[in-house]
Amino acid sequence: MLKEITITVNGQQHTLEVEPRLLLVHMIREVLNLTGTHIGCDTSSCGACTILLDGKSIKSCTVLAVQANGKSITTIEGVAQDNQLSPLQEGFKENHGLHCGFCTPGMILRATELLAQNPNPTEEEIRWGIAGNLCRCTGYNNIVKAIQYAGAKIRGEELPSTEPEFV
Amino acid sequence: MIPQSFQYESPGSLAEAISMLQQYGEDAKILSGGHSLIPMMKLRFATPEYLIDINNIPGLSYIREENGTLKIGGLTREAELEHSDLLKQHFPIFADVTKLIADPQVRNMGTIGGNLAHGDAANDHPAVMMALHATVVATGPEGEREIPIDEFFYGFYMTALQHGDILTEIRIPMPPPGTGSAYHKMERKVGDYATAGVAVQITIGDNGVVTAAGIGLTNVNPVPLRAARSEQALIGKPLTEATINEAALYASEDCNPSSDLRGSEEYKRSIVATLVKRMIHQAVNRANNS
Repeated sequence: MLKEITITVNGQQHTLEVEPRLLLVHMIREVLNLTGTHIGCDTSSCGACTILLDGKSIKSCTVLAVQANGKSITTIEGVAQDNQLSPLQEGFKENHGLHCGFCTPGMILRATELLAQNPNPTEEEIRWGIAGNLCRCTGYNNIVKAIQYAGAKIRGEELPSTEPEFV
Repeated sequence: MIPQSFQYESPGSLAEAISMLQQYGEDAKILSGGHSLIPMMKLRFATPEYLIDINNIPGLSYIREENGTLKIGGLTREAELEHSDLLKQHFPIFADVTKLIADPQVRNMGTIGGNLAHGDAANDHPAVMMALHATVVATGPEGEREIPIDEFFYGFYMTALQHGDILTEIRIPMPPPGTGSAYHKMERKVGDYATAGVAVQITIGDNGVVTAAGIGLTNVNPVPLRAARSEQALIGKPLTEATINEAALYASEDCNPSSDLRGSEEYKRSIVATLVKRMIHQAVNRANNS
């Protein structure tokens, strides 16, 4: 039996009819065609499907689309404003915080909530803060730098160097 | 990845939810945070015909103190426990345990009630609730009833909750002065279940004698386990290395871990002994600084 839901996606309201078993990630990707949000596992481990649900980072593979009825979601497609990259998007680019890019949308949405709660996290707080997001490529170090860069930008401080370290 | 079809209901009140559970019978499951149930449904280990989503029922999520009792609503999220000032002040064990449960996204959804009602000895809150001598409140067709935590866990995924019951509240006695608490688990990586976990709450009287102790063990027994002999080894005695070692030894003897990918039975028993010692020291340090 289909259920009618109303959901605000990146600021725009949608009314949809969905099967109750439809996972939120599949609604985002297959119904709304917002394919930035990815699926990297089937055990709620990897965080590639992370989005914001009413401002909180969640794994959209472990939430039903019907549960988002009446709520607001943000996906990676809604992060840039007026054609300007968000501080996190810029930070990931400037600090080489991505290679294949598969984890990047989820990583950025998770870090968005992290910086909203704690605008000046320590390195340890950043690493704990993104512990629900796996990355196969980067080894995480440049992701930490990307988030530090975004934090400095949000706080209006001098931006840290983005020169790569050779080891 | 793809769950089997089901009918979805989203009641707006507790009474409505309980009556739906009555109406749909054994084919209905309660959807709380969904971070144990939905993964099981995605693998088709669970194939409920009806899901009763309790997330839209107001008044099930709170952390407050009333007449010497800490009351936590069943639908309270792990992230709320993690950031509660009341808990930080009186129950440092919650900061220990929530940080080690899953990861930030899961903690934004997962609830303390679901963590207990799932009845999995690998979950972390059961051991903590044993250490804190908690009582679980189940609300069913006949109203509320209190279940002491020691009577709550029956077997693998089995609890004292009857069909039609919803776990609505957890009640924890506020600790007297001189009390400290601590939890740690050995885990292979963030988000893993414990190789072994130990929760301790301990109260030291003015004369340095232990007046109360609670010790719970995670994932080293078919059901969450109270280390009762370890508690008795401490209560009424001054805290010395000898009594702490005795408590650690009893806990490692009385648990019943299975050998699996996380390690052998012997290894897990040795982890239990080590963690009991460390958590007693940590809890006592906190008691002294409180």
